[in-house]
Amino acid sequence: MAKPVRRLPVQKDWPTWAIVAVQVSILLTVVAGWEIGVRAGFINGFFWSQPTAIWKTTKIFFTEGDAWTDISFTFRSTIFGFLIGTTAGSLFGLSFWWSRNYAAVAQPYIICFESIPKLALAPLIILVFGLGLTSKVAIATALTLVVSTLTTYAGVKALDPDGEKLFYSLGATRWQVFRKLVVPFCLPWVISVLRVNIGLALTGAIVGEFIASQHGLGRQILYAGQTYDIALVWVAVFVLSTLAIIMYAAVSWLESLLRKGTRQ
Amino acid sequence: MPVKVQLEKVGMAFTTNAGVFRAVAPLDIKIETGRFVSLVGPSGCGKSTLFNVIAGLLQPTEGRVLIDGEDATGIIGRVGYMLQKDLLLPWRTVLDNVILGMEVQGMPLKQARERALPLLRKYGLAGFEYLYPNSLSGGMRQRAALLRTLLFDTDVILLDEPFGALDAQTKLQMQEWLMQLWSDFQKTVVFITHDVEEAIYLSDEIHVMGTRPGRVLETIPITLPRPRLRTTALTPGFIAIKEHCMDLLKSPALEEAA
Repeated sequence: MAKPVRRLPVQKDWPTWAIVAVQVSILLTVVAGWEIGVRAGFINGFFWSQPTAIWKTTKIFFTEGDAWTDISFTFRSTIFGFLIGTTAGSLFGLSFWWSRNYAAVAQPYIICFESIPKLALAPLIILVFGLGLTSKVAIATALTLVVSTLTTYAGVKALDPDGEKLFYSLGATRWQVFRKLVVPFCLPWVISVLRVNIGLALTGAIVGEFIASQHGLGRQILYAGQTYDIALVWVAVFVLSTLAIIMYAAVSWLESLLRKGTRQ
Repeated sequence: MPVKVQLEKVGMAFTTNAGVFRAVAPLDIKIETGRFVSLVGPSGCGKSTLFNVIAGLLQPTEGRVLIDGEDATGIIGRVGYMLQKDLLLPWRTVLDNVILGMEVQGMPLKQARERALPLLRKYGLAGFEYLYPNSLSGGMRQRAALLRTLLFDTDVILLDEPFGALDAQTKLQMQEWLMQLWSDFQKTVVFITHDVEEAIYLSDEIHVMGTRPGRVLETIPITLPRPRLRTTALTPGFIAIKEHCMDLLKSPALEEAA
């Protein structure tokens, strides 16, 4: 039997403008289809709202409501939770380098804390920290802390013992090994978790606002849903997405900056 | 010549589930000041263990290490130690890698860099000073690692198979480069290698080691005149030593096979 003649499959790349054009037309089709669907009666406008109504509500949201108070509230809870959780988690993870015994003792507790769905603790955290910003920061911290701890600890465990040997052969102290070897070595692990953590912190802040809050985009979404103001739900969700994208971009920028510093 | 490093009945035993495992039989080695001494032997003869003991990174189960007649067992920072891997820190430039020893000893960075720069240029790393290690070839990385060891001002340096991973051509260049460094810096060098020819070419003295337990089978002085040329390897004197070393290294393997 003759062997079939096969050629290497080749994919032709579209130019950038073509990709963008297709992306934009998909978006326009969805929005137009939604609007037309509601007007023609295919889509229930009461449950789904419609683009024109959302647009109107957006204008009202930014001109008449406390839009900036809510945005700032959610933003602050997220950023504080992110900073506290990431910093404390990274330091905690690094601290395991100092003593194998301490790391061994702490390990089951960390795994245990990791396995708890932290959001299930949210009602308790709200009770303890109150209705204000602190409780949202605390939930965001709880979510980010463990991830940072475990990832940084993975970095500590990946440390080449020969590297430590080199430092000690030069007569280094433990503090010097920590500062000049362990910290720079683990930095890529610390950095790798930043983007995950900003998302987690935002989730924590929103859930906190869902449960009990006086401000924030999460509270806005919950309130709008309960009053059947679906257009407002969409507005708050879009604003939240924009906020998330901005913070994500900022963290990506921070990440590239830090990576340049570590050369890895 | 005075004795620089002396191993006095240094032995190493590990307790495992299967009982006590003897890694190194108590052995005595004397290394005179300014000499180039090689340890040659198969894997598992305890060469690297001995290096860790001399560097103070490992406590021997018996015996002690004397450096300049003082007890240096378990004391770190007395000798320069280059491990098998180059262990250059990827987040530091070549220059900042090379000054690590001085930095750890507390010399101000500026002063350390000023000291290192001319040496980097003199010893073949000109143009690489401010590059990061990942852009260097294997040979260049070894040069940087060796300069780091030398710049850590100690009289003794331990080199654990520094050229083991290099290609044959680069290895020859590096051997000549090392000879130049050795004559310029006047240090006492202890060198581990698998390569008998390399050991003979470089050394004043070779300790041929055997396994189970790790021990010195024979100490062979190399009296071939210096500077040695590549063609020295073709002389009858060199070949005779090489054959003798090969015989020493071969015999235990044959015993096992039989």
